[in-house]
Amino acid sequence: MEILVDAVLLTLLVVITLAILFQRNLFAVVLLAGAYSFLMASIMLVLDAVDVAMTEAAVGAGISTALFLATLYLTHGKEYLQPNFKFQSILVVVLAGGMLIWGMWDMPEFGVMQAPLHENTAPGYLDASKNHLMPPNVVTAVLADYRSFDTLGETTVIFTAGIGVLLILRGRKKPKKSKNKAENSHET
Amino acid sequence: MYLFATIAILIAMCCAVARAVVGPNIFDRMLAANTIGSLAVLLLVCFGFLMGRPEWLDIALTYGLLNTAATLTVLKYYRHGDLSVDADHEKGADDAG
Repeated sequence: MEILVDAVLLTLLVVITLAILFQRNLFAVVLLAGAYSFLMASIMLVLDAVDVAMTEAAVGAGISTALFLATLYLTHGKEYLQPNFKFQSILVVVLAGGMLIWGMWDMPEFGVMQAPLHENTAPGYLDASKNHLMPPNVVTAVLADYRSFDTLGETTVIFTAGIGVLLILRGRKKPKKSKNKAENSHET
Repeated sequence: MYLFATIAILIAMCCAVARAVVGPNIFDRMLAANTIGSLAVLLLVCFGFLMGRPEWLDIALTYGLLNTAATLTVLKYYRHGDLSVDADHEKGADDAG
């Protein structure tokens, strides 16, 4: 049953990704990306990673949509076709993808119990989280308790990025304000 | 029963994705994206009960809220072309007009 649901959802993901690639209207791309992240969150749920799915739904469908739309307001809503075929970018993409596939060869097979991760690290955390009276969800215990400083660092990075985005968006606001004032004076 | 419900939801999801890909209008795509979000919530509930994890019902509620927020954001952008529009100011303008 799980395999059937996974297969259908992954096929739909491929279809939506192709639609995003061939779509030139950026407003439609934002909508399709929202649908993509909801499908992705469903797949993560089926894989029993509820916390990751929650993050995907909140960031992908919620915040990213708002940020993309705010960006569309600052730019134009139409993507222009590049007239010339860029060989370098294709080369970079193929090289990066090849390196990722090359790095995948060393990984243990998907779902094998004899993988080093399941034999060494995971049982320790499973036992310790029971003994230390951690939250019942072991993933939450690892993220929020055992690796809390790591999570704090990640949060700091995201906070810094948010400040940067806010500063960029704030910098463009000034001409808009004077326009609003002009409209108000026109009404009165 | 949950099995058939899950399969039916998956088929409905296929239809919604087809509309999102084909749909020439922007509203077709928006409606399809919203439908996919709602179907993801339903799938979450059905699959949770199917796999014996009824706690996922709580997560489904959060998903529904996110879906509503995303759709409202898109609609506000489509109407005003700007996300930082003051709704009260617009109301006053409507009354005046």
